[in-house]
Amino acid sequence: METTQTMTENTAQPSAWQRFNPGRILLGGRAFFALITIIVVFSLLSPHYFTVSNFLTMSSHVAIFGLLSMGMLMVILTGGIDLSVGSVLAVSGVFAGFLMQGVEIESAGVILYPPVWAVAVLTIAFGAFIGAINGVLVAIFKVPAFVATLGMLYLARGVALLMTNGLTFNNLGGSAELGNTGFDWLGFNRIAGVPIGVIILALVSLVAALLLSRTAFGRWLYATGGNYRAAELSGVPTRRVTISVYVFSGMCAAIAGIVLSSQLTSAGPTAGFTYELTAIAGVVIGGAALAGGRGTVRGTLLGAFVIGFLADGLVIIGVSEYWQQVFTGAVIVLAVLLNSLEYGGRRKT
Amino acid sequence: MGDNVVLAARHIAKSFGGVQALKGVNFDVHAGQVTTLFGENGAGKSTLMKILSGVIQPTAGEILLDGQPVEFESTTDASRHGVSIIHQELSLAPNLSVRDNIFLGREIPGTGGVDYAEETRQTRALMEDLEEAIDPLAPVDSLRLGQQQIVEIARALSVNSRILIMDEPTSALSASEVEVLFGVIRELKSRGVSIVYISHHLEEALQVTDQAVVLRDGDMVASAPRDEIDLPWIVQKMVGSHFDLGTPPPLNSDADPVLEIRDLSIRMEAAGGKAVNDLNLSVRPGEIVCIYGLMGAGRTELLECLAGRVPAEHGQILMRGGDISDMTIPERIDNGLVLVPEDRQRDGLVQTMSVGENLSLASILDFCRRAFVSDRLERGIVDRAIKEVTVKTDGPDAPVTSLSGGNQQKVVIGKMLATSPSVMLLDEPSRGIDVGAKGEVFRLLAQHAEDGLAVIYSTSEVEECIAIAHRIIVMNRGRIAAEFSNDITKEEIMAASGEAVIA
Repeated sequence: METTQTMTENTAQPSAWQRFNPGRILLGGRAFFALITIIVVFSLLSPHYFTVSNFLTMSSHVAIFGLLSMGMLMVILTGGIDLSVGSVLAVSGVFAGFLMQGVEIESAGVILYPPVWAVAVLTIAFGAFIGAINGVLVAIFKVPAFVATLGMLYLARGVALLMTNGLTFNNLGGSAELGNTGFDWLGFNRIAGVPIGVIILALVSLVAALLLSRTAFGRWLYATGGNYRAAELSGVPTRRVTISVYVFSGMCAAIAGIVLSSQLTSAGPTAGFTYELTAIAGVVIGGAALAGGRGTVRGTLLGAFVIGFLADGLVIIGVSEYWQQVFTGAVIVLAVLLNSLEYGGRRKT
Repeated sequence: MGDNVVLAARHIAKSFGGVQALKGVNFDVHAGQVTTLFGENGAGKSTLMKILSGVIQPTAGEILLDGQPVEFESTTDASRHGVSIIHQELSLAPNLSVRDNIFLGREIPGTGGVDYAEETRQTRALMEDLEEAIDPLAPVDSLRLGQQQIVEIARALSVNSRILIMDEPTSALSASEVEVLFGVIRELKSRGVSIVYISHHLEEALQVTDQAVVLRDGDMVASAPRDEIDLPWIVQKMVGSHFDLGTPPPLNSDADPVLEIRDLSIRMEAAGGKAVNDLNLSVRPGEIVCIYGLMGAGRTELLECLAGRVPAEHGQILMRGGDISDMTIPERIDNGLVLVPEDRQRDGLVQTMSVGENLSLASILDFCRRAFVSDRLERGIVDRAIKEVTVKTDGPDAPVTSLSGGNQQKVVIGKMLATSPSVMLLDEPSRGIDVGAKGEVFRLLAQHAEDGLAVIYSTSEVEECIAIAHRIIVMNRGRIAAEFSNDITKEEIMAASGEAVIA
């Protein structure tokens, strides 16, 4: 009786996921193959595409979306969504600009000009604070992530507009006598030819990758998104994990805000409009499941590059902006279609 | 079998992956009679019913309706042929009214949209037929569960069902509601409706049965008309040659209790009542306690409260004398109290993760070095767990969804064992796993109890109470109705649980 049981169960494991299957390899590496295709096609269409300088320019564009996507990936892995990142990017940029203009302390009668590193730290803390509000709303008060962060999308944008009265901080260069120069260093300088923004994206990605694949927190994060109730009963601090991912996303958005306003040497309250959607697109193209529990840093990076290189390529070959939107939309839908092909079959068991 | 067979299954087989749920079953439904399917969990009853009602399609075999072979592509297809199923979990939309539920998906069109007046009239007529005073416009969530069941039956009748399949219809009903349901069933029979009935309450089911069919491990092992059989016959056919689920390991009865529950009450989620009422229990290291009770007796609430998922209303939970009532789930796990939940898919497994990742999830902090997870230590723990709980898998990296039910359950148990607990709670550990795996799970528990693990498991199958438990607690309506030692008979346990009250 028992032996027959064992036998049927052993033969029941032909393990489809281990068999060699070219379709599956193509499906698994779809973001990578998409990126290669994009680079090859645009290189054939335009002689200006396949040049070092163009790649560096495109990469610093990608850096902004990539940073937002990294935070978004963390949130999406838990089964949530963060719609506020575009607005947080703007309000963080404005906050940094506000600090650069000097903070007047009336009681003491002085104006403080914090050094650039302090501005960066304070701004990132500010982004973390906004993320924490999102996280607490979602994890403790059980507000659906979509609604909580939709509210924050408006709220943060409104605060950014209020802080500047709708105007833009233009003079972010600082001055030598105040000791706060160097803000534009982030946006313009390069280390070994690589734009600082790209290096920051690489660093943040490295941190995210380590966090996800090497730490208990990463495992908890995947478990929380894969099955919240099971994770909870296994002793995973699901609430803390949920709050943390929104904090991380807020920090990523703040970093993106600093890099963007540094690239532009100005901080405007309308920056980053609809960037949250691009960030989500990057994560989805990278193969993450919106239901949570599946997705990787590598995939998301590829996704961000696919979106960025496609958009810039279309500009370079002179396709009209209307067509750009059509192409981007088609790529996103195709990506989601392939995601459901990959995950749809397995879910049912 | 005679001419009055309306629906017949011939050599029906069904496999899920490599697991054969049905192995060529023959089954007849007689006109105007109640055919009852008996069998343990995992015997294939639900699978067979799902095939007959078009929810799933058989791997082999055919279905004959009035002697003609038919294929049911879907439940709609089946109900077009007059076969309807009423699931254990009701499939009503609770926010809609009784009328809207009955006509859901086949609303009667009128001149200006839906003809609500006609729908209301027909609903009222249906309710009068069933002799039930249910307002057609009442929202379903305002009805008692028994009334909701009647609504479900009315819906099936409104599409002129000749064959009605009822899967555990009484599991959540009170005794008086069961009486009402049985009245309806007799009324339906007199109108020529054939009924296929599944229930765990053997005595109760016998009251309405005309034809009994017993399934075991995917095979039909016996069938007979009501007047030729009795309860012992059914039990004997169901269990077959007695499968040994083990015996209680030796117990040191002098040890201090590791877990003590004092005057514990838990509020019921839905109504204002109490799911658990002033319950006292203490368990010693190495002791195995079985909690037997019907659905709604408060077993799940009790275990989930102990594990920290559900808050207690009042009372104390002590571990080795220390109060853990206010602790979070992770803190309780650190203190050595773990739960293996009832619903594996919903509460036990992370389906997106591999076997290994599932096994190590609860104990992950034990093999972190500084901030990082140590692959080497994790692999060690996982390999040991796989060997210890005898999970049959391709390896730690296989998706956990590739395992059979029994092996998935072992993964959940192995996950909690990896935290080196001193008390393990298991809610219906044998649910949805085959007999062989069931025996292995119980052996595993007995083995750990010998090393000092205190085990509390709940079950709704009497057979499993007597197996390895030192003590059997029978729960009824949130209270301990009786307490037995291992030398008790099944009949005494069933009587104490309130199962026989209806008879």
